[in-house]
Amino acid sequence: MDFMVFQYPMISVQACLDGVLLGILFALIAYGMALQWGVMNIINIAQGDLVILGGYIAYFMYLYGIHPAWGVIVAPVIMFFVGIAIYKLVINKVVDRDLFISILATFGISILFMQLMNFAFGADVVLANSDYGTTMLFNNNVVLPNSKIFSAFISILFAICLVIYMKKSKLGRAIRATAQNARAAKILGVDTEKVYAATFGINAALCGVAGALISITFTIHPYMGLPYTIRSFMIVIVAGLGNLPGVAMSGMGLGVFEEFADYILGTEFRIGSVFLLLVLILVYRRFKLSRKREYLK
Amino acid sequence: MKNNIILYVGILIFGIAAPFIFPAFKVQLSILCVLIVLATTWNIQGGEMGYNSFGNILFYGLGMYLCASVQVGMFFPLAEWTESGGEKTFVHTPTQFFQGMAVGLIVAAVVPTIVAGLIGYSILGLRGHYFAICTLGLGVAAGEISGGIEIIGAGQGFTTPPFPDVGSLDSRGEFFYFLSFFTLVLTFIAVRSIYSTRFKLILNAIRDNEDKAEAMGIETMKYKIIGWMISAFFCGLAGGIMGGLVGYIDSTDVAFDGREMGVFMVLMAILGGKGTLWGPIIGATVFHIFKEGFWTFFLGWQYVALGVLIVVIVIYFPEGIMGWLREKYPERFGEVVDEKDRKAQVELK
Repeated sequence: MDFMVFQYPMISVQACLDGVLLGILFALIAYGMALQWGVMNIINIAQGDLVILGGYIAYFMYLYGIHPAWGVIVAPVIMFFVGIAIYKLVINKVVDRDLFISILATFGISILFMQLMNFAFGADVVLANSDYGTTMLFNNNVVLPNSKIFSAFISILFAICLVIYMKKSKLGRAIRATAQNARAAKILGVDTEKVYAATFGINAALCGVAGALISITFTIHPYMGLPYTIRSFMIVIVAGLGNLPGVAMSGMGLGVFEEFADYILGTEFRIGSVFLLLVLILVYRRFKLSRKREYLK
Repeated sequence: MKNNIILYVGILIFGIAAPFIFPAFKVQLSILCVLIVLATTWNIQGGEMGYNSFGNILFYGLGMYLCASVQVGMFFPLAEWTESGGEKTFVHTPTQFFQGMAVGLIVAAVVPTIVAGLIGYSILGLRGHYFAICTLGLGVAAGEISGGIEIIGAGQGFTTPPFPDVGSLDSRGEFFYFLSFFTLVLTFIAVRSIYSTRFKLILNAIRDNEDKAEAMGIETMKYKIIGWMISAFFCGLAGGIMGGLVGYIDSTDVAFDGREMGVFMVLMAILGGKGTLWGPIIGATVFHIFKEGFWTFFLGWQYVALGVLIVVIVIYFPEGIMGWLREKYPERFGEVVDEKDRKAQVELK
């Protein structure tokens, strides 16, 4: 336990700003999860591994001398097709099955991806260096890497583009229709199979963008996927499906929580505190919901 | 019924004779017993109750740490033991070892049961996928947190007391084999007697329609918690034995190993057939043979194979071996089948 963070207010400011910038990234991943959850009723445990895979795409561009920021454009394109491939191979067989089946199947995909990445890219913690420098604020007491500001900016840009796309385009309308009522959409001539594939592809592409940004701002490692899945799951259940401002807010809240947990409890408990928070939120939600339900006592 | 008794006696005799028939496989057989215990107890709430948990690994890991800590802590200072790590500054005498193991196993079984009872009310109120993800989170959180606690070795791991020198070299394998086999028999008797009571029907009612069961006047929450506590009891026991068998406890790779053991128990139960008595046992045996037989061929690719295996089993074989047998030979399961009805069903498919 370390309460330095409360004695020096500048550390709190630092933690808050870091957390908000981090949280915007989480919100982008969570947006993808909310999308596929809402449309296909699937919880994708492999979400975090898609993120890490996107990160490795940016990292490899960096290794070959291309600036990793271009990964923001390349990673989603590649990941879109990876997503569609996963959909065609596995997901379309579990879409209308029991939810637990889809959780277990995507858990299998997650283990598979983890190991394949471990073989292909090695078990080292890597990062793609963007050379963006840092910004000093408040009399040099708060240090913000420009890459974090860049990543938050790009995340917001992608989120806005996607929202507009969902509202205006034909495919976006079809996706929203399928989310509301898949059967009715089918009757009215929407090719739901195609919509599902596109949804999963878009989700994977979002993961790719987020992964590329994470490889620039933080570090990536083949086994770091699951925490990102859990974070996005948590954000979605706090915000609720289809509540975009809520997703953004709870994403930032989670980011700030994590930064403070990092300062107070120590870095070794960071991931643990995220998972514990998930349990606490679910339990809180259960008691809140059970008050609405009338029990027979 | 008569056939059953012959079957049980046969299996019991085989179980007792196994370490002498296959002396080279003693450790593997002990692990198999532990796996069967885990799969069978997962099946209590996963298969019968319909609460698919990824979190039974919590009780398993808890039991593992508790058993080893008690075994050490009863005779030596725990902090110094973990600090000295692999270098043995303290040595258990045989009496100390067995006393410690006995007390340790009791603690390892009782504490997870209490923990399950305490958290049960909050966690078991969750439904469906929320429960699955919540328990997944619990397991991982436990692993991460125990990896940060200094007194039980933190990230470096914790060496369990080595088996004392009692004369014969084979005694370690035999001791752990009979310990795990005894646990297996205990589990089987307990589970079988549970499955022949009203309790199992209540669990099935919860699985099929919880709200309706509640409306029928069953206090579902009470039974759900009891079901989970039974699971936790045997999971903790299995964990304690496994800790002694492996000889080394690491927070995320051995104890709270959600990526391996946590998935294995679910996979074994599904492979054998959820919601049957024999399913998890068959599933665990088949899985263990497959794993040990083929793991060496994959050599480093075993997790890739595991991932593919999970996906294939879940998608193409969700009913499991018992479900498949039941569909193929319904008469053997005591079901009276109308031939017309069956043909009609086949045509429908």
